[in-house]
Amino acid sequence: MIYQDSKTLLTVRDLHATVNGIEILKGMDLTVRSGEVHAIMGPNGSGKSTFSKVLAGHPAYEVSGGTVQFEGTNLLELKPEARARAGIFLGFQYPIEIPGVANSQFLRLAYNTVQAGRGKDELDPLEFDDFVREKMKLLEMNPDFLDRSVNEGFSGGEKKRNEILQMALLEPKLAILDETDSGLDIDALRIVAGGVNQLANKDNAIVLVTHYQRLLNYIVPDYVHVMDAGRIVKTGGKELALELEARGYDWVGAEVKANARVSA
Amino acid sequence: MNTVSATASTGYLGSLLQGQPPASSLSWLNQLRGNAVDRVGALTVPTTRDEDWRFTDISPLTKLSFQPALGAAQPAQGAAQLAPAAIEQWAIAEAAARLVFIDGIYAPEHSFNHAGFTVENLAAGVNLHGAAVQAHLGRHARFEHNAFAALNTAFLHDGALILAPRDMALAAPVHLLYIATRKHAASYPRCLVVAESGSAVTVVEDFVALENGAYFTNAVTEMALAGNAQVHHVRVQRDSAEAFHFANCAVSLAQASRYHSVSVALGARISRHNLGVLIAAEGAECSIDGLALIGGAQLADTHTLIDHAMPQGVSRQLHKCIVDGAARAVFNGNIMVRPGAQRTDSSQSSRNLLLSGKARVDTKPQLEIFADDVKCAHGATVGQLDVDEVFYLKSRGLSDTAARNLLTYAFGAEVIERIPVASLRSRLEQAVLAQTQAAAPGAARGS
Repeated sequence: MIYQDSKTLLTVRDLHATVNGIEILKGMDLTVRSGEVHAIMGPNGSGKSTFSKVLAGHPAYEVSGGTVQFEGTNLLELKPEARARAGIFLGFQYPIEIPGVANSQFLRLAYNTVQAGRGKDELDPLEFDDFVREKMKLLEMNPDFLDRSVNEGFSGGEKKRNEILQMALLEPKLAILDETDSGLDIDALRIVAGGVNQLANKDNAIVLVTHYQRLLNYIVPDYVHVMDAGRIVKTGGKELALELEARGYDWVGAEVKANARVSA
Repeated sequence: MNTVSATASTGYLGSLLQGQPPASSLSWLNQLRGNAVDRVGALTVPTTRDEDWRFTDISPLTKLSFQPALGAAQPAQGAAQLAPAAIEQWAIAEAAARLVFIDGIYAPEHSFNHAGFTVENLAAGVNLHGAAVQAHLGRHARFEHNAFAALNTAFLHDGALILAPRDMALAAPVHLLYIATRKHAASYPRCLVVAESGSAVTVVEDFVALENGAYFTNAVTEMALAGNAQVHHVRVQRDSAEAFHFANCAVSLAQASRYHSVSVALGARISRHNLGVLIAAEGAECSIDGLALIGGAQLADTHTLIDHAMPQGVSRQLHKCIVDGAARAVFNGNIMVRPGAQRTDSSQSSRNLLLSGKARVDTKPQLEIFADDVKCAHGATVGQLDVDEVFYLKSRGLSDTAARNLLTYAFGAEVIERIPVASLRSRLEQAVLAQTQAAAPGAARGS
């Protein structure tokens, strides 16, 4: 939701990034204020997932130009773990399976590490157990998930719920959810979206990276951005998503080219 | 025949033959030992020129001399005495029975048996259960071409004898605790498990050291499972970092029996574990899992053979190595599917994690299939920690070191999780956690 007294959380200016020497982001600009929900859409290969990984600090992506300010600090100078502690959260498109580590152990370790990084109290296993079970209700998760290995043998929907559970525990200021809707059936989508909606408030912001409009029926964005060839080429309100759903992405590219010809 | 060391042997193996236990009153047992002595005389210490020992140079062993600890036969000298409290650190709370061997010598004062069936010292049990023992002892772990198995058999005396009667199912484990207390001691642990039809038993073989030091452990374990029997076999080798550990384990599976084994190797300067499972009748199943977690200048070698001699056998194998420092791990996993062993279902996975630039692993899955209606899958991977996995944890706030430690721990924990004894499992998880944290600087260098 757009608030009058919101403050700027994220400012991305002319961001360029490469992977294996190939430039994927080519002049990305984005401003996100507290309380807002942004959707970044675009065809496959437009750079959506790259953008989310660059924000979280994935080592395979090299920033070759531009700036990213997060609450006034240079985000690009921070290691991934420092970004997490500062309040950046990336919900993974493909959450990693970690056989041999109980989900409860992992969640508590992440929670306590981030809490300590923010100068807040850590929880012992018993306290954490109560705390996490409460959060799991938000996502209609069976407590059995605490005893299973992290994401191992989880269905697509269970993995995504586990991602949002981590978001609920870590209370980020900026959550970037990368293709959170992929691989979800309609019930799982409803539950995951419901969880995200309950976590959204006037002090945080959410960036949804998605190929399809479907998710946006459940999490209503304030802004919809269309990416093409490594940058945002069009920004609109939630109605833009419906138009994209109806007409596809090709017309946006054509419009961009036409505008380029006019301005040239 | 009352003397067993008739053949005068020369060479290093011959030197190890000194100090054999006294002859038994059982002629077949003396015959068996005599045959073994003969083979020790004929065989030589394996070298890297032997295909089976290509990657495992045991020449450091031959530069040291070892003598067997003096047992009950020489009571004046006495076996090492340990206070009960010294044993407690290794106690398994769930154990229904425990046999303790100190430097290979049976220690009745530390042992107990509430299992409700025979769990006792082989030296005594062989007299009471002669027929059952004679039918199996030395029959599964063949020593004709195996110098270490021959040497162990030449020293046959103390050991563990477990006889699970028909349809006797015991979930609580039998704990066999082998404690090394002396430098330069040679010990020859021996274990025979006979699981009669329909029985179920869990056996933990646990090799520990009281102090650091070079000693020589040469173990042989034989297990015979009758129809529908089930054995869970846990083997933990946490010898001293200077020890030499050689082990041969042979398992024979009758119809529809099930054998599940988890072996963990943490200790020893040089260790070699041979595990052979014979699917001797239709429909038998086995799972054999292993973990070697080594660093420094350690070498851990595991050779396994799953011999599908009969149809419809199922075998599963997961072997993992975590190698740090300049350590070296060797895995050779042979799956044999003999002619006629149709509808065999076998899968094998060898996964290896190298934590330093000098660490090394040699892994060799070896499938020999002579039947046409079989399902066999195998795979081997060698690598460092996955960058995406490390990133996932870091994106949740964990430091680079914490992320790598957790993933290294998890890599090993996948095998340890399969141990069916809760207290041992959690203790080993702690040991792995401690070791992976100690390995952290090496892990960080690898990044």
